[in-house]
Amino acid sequence: MIKISSSEITPEHVFLSRRKFMVGAGSLAVGAVALSACAGMPAGSSGSAAESAPAAGVKRLDTSMVPAALANAEPTAGATTDELGDPLNDYEQITNYNNFYEFSLDKEGVNPQSKDFNTLPWTIELAGLVNKPQTIAIEDVLKQFPQEERIYRLRCVEAWSMVIPWVGFAVGDLIKLADPKSEAKFVKFTTVMRPEEMPGQRGRAVIEYPYVEGLRIDEAMNPLAIFATGMYGKPLEPVNGAPFRLVVPWKYGFKSIKSIVKIELTDTMPVSTWMKAASSEYGFYANVNPEVNHPRWSQATERRIGELGRRDTLQFNGYAEEVAGLYSGMDLRENF
Amino acid sequence: MQSLSTYLRKNWIWLLANVGGLIPLVLLLQGVTGGKWVDPVAEITSRTGSAALIMLIASLAVTPLNTVLGWRQVIPARKPLGLYAFGYAALHLLNFIGLDYGFSLQAFLADALLEKRFMIVGFSAFLILLPLAITSTKGWMKRLGRNWKRLHQLVYVAGVLAVLHFFWLVKIDITQPLIYGAILALLLVLRIPQLRQFFTGLRMKPVPNSTRKPAAQRERVAKAAAVSES
Repeated sequence: MIKISSSEITPEHVFLSRRKFMVGAGSLAVGAVALSACAGMPAGSSGSAAESAPAAGVKRLDTSMVPAALANAEPTAGATTDELGDPLNDYEQITNYNNFYEFSLDKEGVNPQSKDFNTLPWTIELAGLVNKPQTIAIEDVLKQFPQEERIYRLRCVEAWSMVIPWVGFAVGDLIKLADPKSEAKFVKFTTVMRPEEMPGQRGRAVIEYPYVEGLRIDEAMNPLAIFATGMYGKPLEPVNGAPFRLVVPWKYGFKSIKSIVKIELTDTMPVSTWMKAASSEYGFYANVNPEVNHPRWSQATERRIGELGRRDTLQFNGYAEEVAGLYSGMDLRENF
Repeated sequence: MQSLSTYLRKNWIWLLANVGGLIPLVLLLQGVTGGKWVDPVAEITSRTGSAALIMLIASLAVTPLNTVLGWRQVIPARKPLGLYAFGYAALHLLNFIGLDYGFSLQAFLADALLEKRFMIVGFSAFLILLPLAITSTKGWMKRLGRNWKRLHQLVYVAGVLAVLHFFWLVKIDITQPLIYGAILALLLVLRIPQLRQFFTGLRMKPVPNSTRKPAAQRERVAKAAAVSES
């Protein structure tokens, strides 16, 4: 791995204008972005703030409507690295490089294509094998569950990765609210279906919509699994799955389903969108595993966005201590 | 001025091929220095790969343009287009080994090359283009004589491997590989001798009001057929 500091590659005027924008925005949280941008951050895009701006008339959650953790207090303690000491990716990278086929097949095209997306009003339905089925509004989710920062590595099945300071809360907390029945064994998540706001859902689709993902209930209850509502101390941008998404850091990125509107408890294993699209290539578990390759490419190494060269991929993306127990006795090659 | 216009009239196809061949490089340099790419390595990989494939397919289109449409003037474009295909393929591979795998040949071999079929076919295509690029000079053409053409027919294999490489590496959306594959298939089919003769025949059929003499026609057919060999 060759690390390159942003000052080495980013043309000075871009670098300076980025800092100017950060300072201009003025909040503590954004200050931390600038800090991390200075702390050896990357081949950053000069990607503009304007690109993320919603189109006229579009309704979004804004900082005035969200709790402190999202309004300005985070990233807490000025954290600039994950627990392994690797620097956070900067806000511009995270909001300009992402797979979200509902908007675009092009990772850098998702942000510009998500201008028309409304994150208000937004409700999440808790259904299936639960004693208290209910529908909860995103504002109530934010009020009811204390939001905290979680700095996680995100490893895409395409073999690139980032370090992202999410803001969110444990998946288990919300699921407990619905009081699952004893026969519930799996959790099925569904993304919003809004072809009029999501260009990728219109016309020719390469995967089936709405996007569906699933976890075993014990996986969902693992304290590492979170629902994210924010990132870098700000409400999520549509590009990253606003206003409410799953983050399961020990699994490949596609498991962390975005813009969720429905959570169902089931007794049968949900068939995820990618399992349906290519069952020989994408399994239900999709745990990050350097020893089990994708049928067509290696998973042994990954490219951290902003770095040249590759780094070794870690078993369970570096979270083996916390999650390996979930899979004891299982053949991980068989259950890919 | 007269000589310049003569030069342009004679060489515009060759010049066009070179300008077209350099456009992807200019866009690439612009992108690299612009600093707008979040993942420059991935961007360079896909752009050099696409450029190589487009140049290769363009070079393979030259011969059918002559045999089927009778556009002989296009032939000088073939060599530069083929060389650009090799150049972009070389950049593609260099980027993969260098920027992506940090020049760790061992990691590159273990992690990618020996492991994955899309890598094996892609690398094979490069290994085919390499001797073709080296022997593209007039000197080598003379030295190899009749074998030169045989050697250079390997470019068909390179084309097929390159498209296969693309097919096997895309995650889910095979639209683009399908398009390239369809064009390549057409260009290869048009080289089947019977088909080629059929089209040549169509083109050479006497037109009612033609003033052309039968003997001249025959000569042209023979010439066209000779040129279309490679």
